[in-house]
Amino acid sequence: MVAAAALAEPIVHPSVGAALDIEQVSHAFDIDGAALPVLDDVSISVEPGEFVALLGPSGCGKSTLLRLVAGLDKPKAGSLREDEARITRPHPSRVVVFQDPTLFPWRTVWDNVALGLEAQGILKSQRQRVDDALDLVGLASFRNAYPHQLSGGMAQRVALARALVNDPKILILDEPLGKLDSLTRITMQAELVSLWQRKGFTTLLVTHDAEEALVLAGRVIVFSERPARVKADIRVDRPYPRHRGDPYLADLRRQILGLLGLDATW
Amino acid sequence: MSTYSLSDGLASGAPRSSRAPLLATWLRDSGIGVLASVAWIALGLSCLWWEDVGDWSRTHSLGIAAFVIAAAALFGTVGADYLGSAGRALRQRAPWLVALGAFLTLWEVATAKFAWLPLPFFPPPQAIIEVYTDDLPKLLDSVIASVKLQLGGYIIGAAVGFLTGVSIGWSRAVGYWVHPVLRFIGPLPATAWLPIAFFTFPSSWSASTFLIALATGFPVTVLTWSGVASVSSAYYDVARTLGAKPSFLVLKVAIPAALPHVFVGLFMGLGSSFAVLVVAEMIGVKAGLGWYLQWAQGWAAYANMYAALIVMSLLCSGAITLLFAIRDRLLVWQKGTVKW
Repeated sequence: MVAAAALAEPIVHPSVGAALDIEQVSHAFDIDGAALPVLDDVSISVEPGEFVALLGPSGCGKSTLLRLVAGLDKPKAGSLREDEARITRPHPSRVVVFQDPTLFPWRTVWDNVALGLEAQGILKSQRQRVDDALDLVGLASFRNAYPHQLSGGMAQRVALARALVNDPKILILDEPLGKLDSLTRITMQAELVSLWQRKGFTTLLVTHDAEEALVLAGRVIVFSERPARVKADIRVDRPYPRHRGDPYLADLRRQILGLLGLDATW
Repeated sequence: MSTYSLSDGLASGAPRSSRAPLLATWLRDSGIGVLASVAWIALGLSCLWWEDVGDWSRTHSLGIAAFVIAAAALFGTVGADYLGSAGRALRQRAPWLVALGAFLTLWEVATAKFAWLPLPFFPPPQAIIEVYTDDLPKLLDSVIASVKLQLGGYIIGAAVGFLTGVSIGWSRAVGYWVHPVLRFIGPLPATAWLPIAFFTFPSSWSASTFLIALATGFPVTVLTWSGVASVSSAYYDVARTLGAKPSFLVLKVAIPAALPHVFVGLFMGLGSSFAVLVVAEMIGVKAGLGWYLQWAQGWAAYANMYAALIVMSLLCSGAITLLFAIRDRLLVWQKGTVKW
């Protein structure tokens, strides 16, 4: 159960990522006075620099878990730790990229990416980091564009740059590619992997796409229906770049879909 | 290559049969300019041809001015190609010049020349020009007084309304106390306060400022509040995970996101504050365009009333144009949704 960081590709900055410990976390929503349980005794331990995918049926509580990791909400029970320090509130070392890019429409691309540094009051001395982040996602020429002038894929790249400019220790991805067309999606999956390999941050990816999880992650954690519990913790021991047609991945995919009760459709 | 043959033929054919199209183009481009010129010549002639039925000193000047405008319209539109953007602008407005010239001619004839319209109530154009030339100091004083009063009240009302709106939208405690007060007092027309305001405030000027601020403040408050309240929580989540403190959330997230709403409130506030301004000036303040209107009515100086009305509408529409220009500058990121 304890994961060893057996990553197939060498990491350039192995020290950048933080360890994440989710210990017996349970959470519930209050809906009209009634408690609706969404997470049930979830424990996950993530090594520094690991790429972990959280897979589960839609609405099972994966995104809620991400909000807890980000510090946006507090769990009803259990604890979350980043490098042994308890997570109580949001911090720029744990940045979320949401399913919607949620760029601020009144800010240019550059100003959107600069948001984190500006909020922390260090933008003036570190403007170069914004330019670097834009270069990283290949949108330097769009620095003065407004969000409504961007395509869906470009907007999501800007959102990614806005997260990466903070040099996060944990990158939290909440179905960031869910709304993109399949071609853009495949391109951005490859970009995500190469960014992760270059930067070495710990990555937590929520997805409902088994193939995406298997192509990207070193570990896939499968959740049950709501309230979510960990159903399986699957190691994907395959070098990058991975091939979608890889029989090993196809086998894992069948296994995962079986866990989700979808084996009949395979 | 065959796909290009059509345009090729047109291009090579044009010079050959150039005469008729040239005339047509000239008529299309300059015909309306000529028509405008004719309309203004008609105004000039109507001024000078017949005797006035009353005693107006500017009839002759108006006639001359009409001829000058006619000449300018003619040369301006015919020679528009040599005048650059000014020429293009003039050509674009030429139909309006025609309409204006025709209207003024009709007005001149119907009032000063044949008195088809009852006379003291419908003064001719030259009578209004006479007001602008002979009564200029008093009119200017009134304009300055109105602008000062309006500007002071509006700025106070907009600032207070904006701050109140942001506070209600942001803080539950402020909302708890201010919202009922707003619900109770806000819908009351500001003019209803007029009698009370005029004897509770030390001067009629401060009373009017308060009323204008009140009329401006209510829509600005409500729309700023609804703007702040309708900001998607996703924006706050993003900012918080990037390390934003509460002050950043208010200043850099809530307010910019609410700004389009705020401008709707400022626009509505401007409209209702004009109404209060005029009423306040008519009733209490002994200065300003509202007072000028009242004063002119007292003396049965109808030309002065029309003159003041024209100035007033120019000021009001100028103020709104200015507000929209500011909005367009601040909200460049937004596509033009409200047109003016």
